[in-house]
Amino acid sequence: MKPIATTRSATGIPTGRLAVWWVMASEIVIFGGLLAAYVMHRLGHPEWSNQAIHTNTWLGALNTLVLLTSSLFAVLAHQAAEHGEGRKAARLLLATAGGALVFLVVKSFEWSHEIAAGYTLTSNTFWSFYYTAAGLHAVHVIAGLVIMLVVAADAAKNRELQRVELIGLYWHFVDIVWIFLFPLLYIAK
Amino acid sequence: MSASAPAGTDSSAPHGHPEEGFFRKYLWSTDHKIIAMQYLLTGMAMALIGGFTVYAFRMQVAFPGESVPGFGQVTPGAYNALVTSHGTVMIFWVAMPVLIAAFGNYLIPLMIGCDDMVFPRLNRLSYQIFLLSAVVFIATFFVDGGAFGGAWTAYPPLSTKPEYSLTPLGAPLWLIAVALEFVAFLIGGINFVTTVMNSRAPGMKMFDVPIVVWMIIAASILFMASIGPLIAGAMMMLMDQLAGTHFYDPTQGGDPVLWQHLFWFFGHPEVYVVLFPALGIVAEVITVFARKKLFAYKTVLYTAIGTCVLSFFVWAHHQFVAGIDPRMANVFSVTTLLISVPIAEMLFVFIATLYGGSIRLATPMLWALAFLVEFLLGGVTGIFLGASAADIYFHDTYFVVAHFHYTFFPIAFIAVFAGLTYWFPKMFGRMMNETLGKIHFWGTVIPFNFIFIPLFITGASGDHRRIYNYNHFPDLARPELQDLRVLATVALVVLLAFQLVFLVNFFWSMRKGRKAEANPWKANTLEWAAASPPPHGNFAELPTVYRGPYEYSVPDRPDDYWPQHMPG
Repeated sequence: MKPIATTRSATGIPTGRLAVWWVMASEIVIFGGLLAAYVMHRLGHPEWSNQAIHTNTWLGALNTLVLLTSSLFAVLAHQAAEHGEGRKAARLLLATAGGALVFLVVKSFEWSHEIAAGYTLTSNTFWSFYYTAAGLHAVHVIAGLVIMLVVAADAAKNRELQRVELIGLYWHFVDIVWIFLFPLLYIAK
Repeated sequence: MSASAPAGTDSSAPHGHPEEGFFRKYLWSTDHKIIAMQYLLTGMAMALIGGFTVYAFRMQVAFPGESVPGFGQVTPGAYNALVTSHGTVMIFWVAMPVLIAAFGNYLIPLMIGCDDMVFPRLNRLSYQIFLLSAVVFIATFFVDGGAFGGAWTAYPPLSTKPEYSLTPLGAPLWLIAVALEFVAFLIGGINFVTTVMNSRAPGMKMFDVPIVVWMIIAASILFMASIGPLIAGAMMMLMDQLAGTHFYDPTQGGDPVLWQHLFWFFGHPEVYVVLFPALGIVAEVITVFARKKLFAYKTVLYTAIGTCVLSFFVWAHHQFVAGIDPRMANVFSVTTLLISVPIAEMLFVFIATLYGGSIRLATPMLWALAFLVEFLLGGVTGIFLGASAADIYFHDTYFVVAHFHYTFFPIAFIAVFAGLTYWFPKMFGRMMNETLGKIHFWGTVIPFNFIFIPLFITGASGDHRRIYNYNHFPDLARPELQDLRVLATVALVVLLAFQLVFLVNFFWSMRKGRKAEANPWKANTLEWAAASPPPHGNFAELPTVYRGPYEYSVPDRPDDYWPQHMPG
């Protein structure tokens, strides 16, 4: 049973949405700290471009496309939820989750190749940043995937439909983090 | 922000709560008051650990090489572990949980007039993660190699390389414990901020929110904004320790100063994270016991927000000797000196509140007044350290130790005692004993000054702060300072002994104290509208707010207080 506190809305913004924005605010500074540290190091080490040249830009680009497409499905799921169509929202969320899965599969291919070629976590600090930043992002993708399945299971029964929007918000955030990682790790050679 | 909740949902009486078993009621509860008590009692238990560690290592400094009663011989490794644990425990497992989590959890729903936090189960999760972090931390004492001894700042390479720290397991476990604690407070902070933004009682506008609630919210947001880079930094450090990366190793393309930046980018705002709730508590107590409206409510608020922003631009004053660019040191000197202005302003506001009031010197008020005096000394000595030229001399001396204890002790203990003695009747429905309260007050404040004034003197004379045994360093030994070192240690033991008075008073009054009415201090804020102690659901009827929290001694009224929820 929800307390009365949860049902109040002095700001006019639903409590769940407000909380997700605060979660994202706190996540922005986590990724911000990591990326700022990376950029400062990168500027101080021009020789790292000899390492960066070995990242696979095409697979990175493919993954960018996959994530952006999955975000489209998240938006469509939100629209369906707004119209009260829980089953449709659930199906679209599953499509979003499929995008997350494809992203992870591509990523594991990519990493296996890098590791086989000798570019491991400890071979150079550039690669340490590469695996740490992308790894932290991948953890967020996995978390989003799990939450999305839980939300979809509820939405299919027309329960807690407001959560479809909330997981969508989070998913866009994960997407935007990748939009920062892709140029910093794959394009800046 | 406007406050327009549908009145229909609020006027209904809280739903019935069936009787629950001990486990569900006290250990698995989602009630914000029980969670606050869990945080409070865990914090008090950790304070005992923090107190014991400081006892052991201060005895070693005063009586080097002699066996410490209750601890035994303090080895150099144990000394480092004790100092590190003292700092870590007092900041992360005492100040944070008590000031923010315990007071925040207890006061926020009551003071804004609702029945619980917006996410009660998340609240319970936050405490559970916090408890786990405390357990992991305590476990570091029992692993191979012992607890981490690289100071609470954990600078690399000492913290990243086991061949230097000699604690191959203690160091990573320490880091994991601290990281878990961060997660607990992030979850808690999001809950606090969302609750205050959305769940205020009907009629409670932005400027009707009590200052202590504002301060806890400011602290939560400040924590959220500053902790991110350190979480990233801690992750990198953990990988350096366990996975063999070299983020902080300059021989492999890393940079040890990067950690210092990430740490202090959090570490300095953290001072304000714990200071703000303390200032809030003091503000509440001073207005109630001066029977006077808080002087310049909005100024306090805007000052706090300004301090939050400025606090992000002072961190490098901890690194003046770390080889940072002297031009940068100038900039950080200026910002550091600037930040003393808003804090001094808040102290003046409190003094102005006292002016012309009818002051009652009950125990909570004594603590609040002592906070003003002692914290002022801490602030003034910070000026010496903020100026880079003076800091190069004072850095890593006992002067620094004395300075930050003059800020942290008033925050983590004096303000907490003010808050605990003030809200005790609400928490447990009984009054604390005033005589014992005053004995405890004087028995704490007097020895406190006898600990740290001597350390100011030894520090100014050049005593280095991380020396295990001065006799090992003839050029540092300075036998003429030994009396002052002993004085500080003796005063510490006296201070610790007087805490027993508090524990006795606290637990005795909880069961046997005089029964408290709902509003024993005649205060205005909403928590006093609930029964003492408030039942699950808090209010018999959820209150509506008609005015600000500090309407004391309003002319032409029979009473000298005017509760927020009273119509007319």
